[in-house]
Amino acid sequence: MNRVKRTLAPYLLVLPGGLWLLVFFVVPMVTMLSLSLQEGDIVNGYVFTGHWQTYVEAISDYQTQMIRSLVYGAITSLVLIVLAFPVAYWIAFYGGRKKTTYLFLILLPFFVSFVLRTISWRMLLTDDGVLLHPLKEAGLLPSGFQLLGTPTAVIAGLVYNFLPFMVLPIYVALERIDPRVVEAARDLYASPATAFRKVIFPLALPGVFAGVLMTFVPASSDYVNSELLGGTSTTMIGQVIQSKFLHTSDYPTASALAFALMAVLLIGVFSYARALGTEDVMKVAAR
Amino acid sequence: MTTSPPHHAASVRPGTGQHAGHPAIEFVGVRKDYLSHGEAVPAVKSLDLAIGQGEFFSLLGPSGCGKTTTMRMIAGFEEPTAGKVFLDGKDVTDVGPNKRDVNMVFQSYALFPHLNVLQNVSFGLERKKLAKSEIKRRVGEMLEIVSLTGMEKRQPKEMSGGQQQRVALARALVNHPRALLLDEPLGALDLKLRQQMQVELKRIQREVGITFVYVTHDQGEALTMSDRIAVMNSGLIEQLGSPRNIYERPASRFVAGFIGTSNLIDGQVSHVDGGVAVLDVAPGERVLVPVTGQVQPGRALEVSVRPEKIDLHRTMPHDSAASIVSGVVTEVVYHGTSTNYTVATSAGSDFVVFDQNAHDAEDVASRGERVFLTWAPQHSYPIGV
Repeated sequence: MNRVKRTLAPYLLVLPGGLWLLVFFVVPMVTMLSLSLQEGDIVNGYVFTGHWQTYVEAISDYQTQMIRSLVYGAITSLVLIVLAFPVAYWIAFYGGRKKTTYLFLILLPFFVSFVLRTISWRMLLTDDGVLLHPLKEAGLLPSGFQLLGTPTAVIAGLVYNFLPFMVLPIYVALERIDPRVVEAARDLYASPATAFRKVIFPLALPGVFAGVLMTFVPASSDYVNSELLGGTSTTMIGQVIQSKFLHTSDYPTASALAFALMAVLLIGVFSYARALGTEDVMKVAAR
Repeated sequence: MTTSPPHHAASVRPGTGQHAGHPAIEFVGVRKDYLSHGEAVPAVKSLDLAIGQGEFFSLLGPSGCGKTTTMRMIAGFEEPTAGKVFLDGKDVTDVGPNKRDVNMVFQSYALFPHLNVLQNVSFGLERKKLAKSEIKRRVGEMLEIVSLTGMEKRQPKEMSGGQQQRVALARALVNHPRALLLDEPLGALDLKLRQQMQVELKRIQREVGITFVYVTHDQGEALTMSDRIAVMNSGLIEQLGSPRNIYERPASRFVAGFIGTSNLIDGQVSHVDGGVAVLDVAPGERVLVPVTGQVQPGRALEVSVRPEKIDLHRTMPHDSAASIVSGVVTEVVYHGTSTNYTVATSAGSDFVVFDQNAHDAEDVASRGERVFLTWAPQHSYPIGV
């Protein structure tokens, strides 16, 4: 009796979460996949015909937005590495007993809704807002200078919104480094810069890797930042999908684009993992 | 700026570039405070110490005594609050660890987890920008000395504690430092391996002939390996000397208690006879202590006796030339090579007696029995006289 219980226990523990995922993740995915292969319109309804040409049309029509999204996502991740590394480094090595407080401060903006935060950025970046107005008054910027509606504004918004997702994994990787290992490098004639390059950075790489995964994927498929901070020339694929679903009710094209994006991101992530040799990186990290 | 320690005339041997006649390491008036809650807490209170060239020198003491801080000041990880540190007669007080010609073996080895054995051991030589062929030769040689040939491609985590220890040793020694600093390097190993490594370390030190500074809280380890030992306690050196000197002639109650086991007797001098002070303990019992100089009757003395120097008798011996104390056996513990007795004595404290099991197959005395303890006068050592 006990034996049976023990064998069943792991499955019973998985059951609630598994059911949840089945209903709310697998079922919608399958529905979406089927939707992308249907034909028809919103008035007469959609019928499954296996019409895969929708994919070809959707991708050729919206490849600009698709590529733009990936480029924005990549730039966002790169800028985030540069911004987040020093922050994570400082908290990990100089945070002392206040480490948790600093991490909490990094997470603090999360307590305000994503959309609300981005709307406040809109006010910040507006032509005569608190940021640009004084600079223009002081003659540091030409009076016609604009931020809102430019790629810079969209990427800046993405960077802002995803900063904690880069800080946290890098922090975790740095925090795990035994300070004696850094001392050993210094003892073996490494200058502080060399110790960073040869020991600290390589040991932090798994964190950087995780940070890129956690920021590149959501940044590439984001539609809020471009919607609120961008213009017609910054349209991202997420916006296209959203408008196909909600405004033109072109469900097959929207689903096809969503699946295409997912495929591109999966391929991108896997080749990235391959190229960096994550298995080794992760093995080191696990130690 | 380079200054020489005040009491050593700088004499540079021509051609060698080394400062002949200088101690390998020297501390002059060093103090080190740590800030804790905005308050300066002394880790090392006052340190004047010279460690000789090629010496196996141990810093011994309980945790928090300042021994690790002292070593970290040699390596350059800590800067003294006051005073100066010299390496080979050169003032290095403000010199960074990467510019000091000493290397360290860390307590937890601190191997680079992302590098294999070969890369770990080559790290220092690569920083020194040696030719690739030279690095390869020296690393190969070093791995042979520590018996790790064939393990070049292993990752540290794929190795046992003893092997990691050898990698750490090789990584430091391959640079031919002026001094090797070892921070409790054997602490994480099991007893058998530790004893093996003690012998090994001593052999390697003889072979390479460089100064070893060894930090440990293990008195046995310090006694067996060192040329000299500095016993530290709460930021000060309590005693500095050879292992024999420290064991046989402890300078303070702390040293007597920390190094091995000591039986301590407090008593008053009743009279002095031919350089031997006599302490009356109880009727018919006495403790004889050799003393030098003026010791007046009535003076309080603290005397230390090592447990292995004491003989145990069941009847009162008639030996007027020995110390005699009586007591009751409270504990008998058989240890194989010896039997250890705890005896509650009339002299006050409990005595510990190690009786070699050389001849007797049976215990000399059993629990609850009245016994007499005797030892020769030269085995009484007055503390702090």
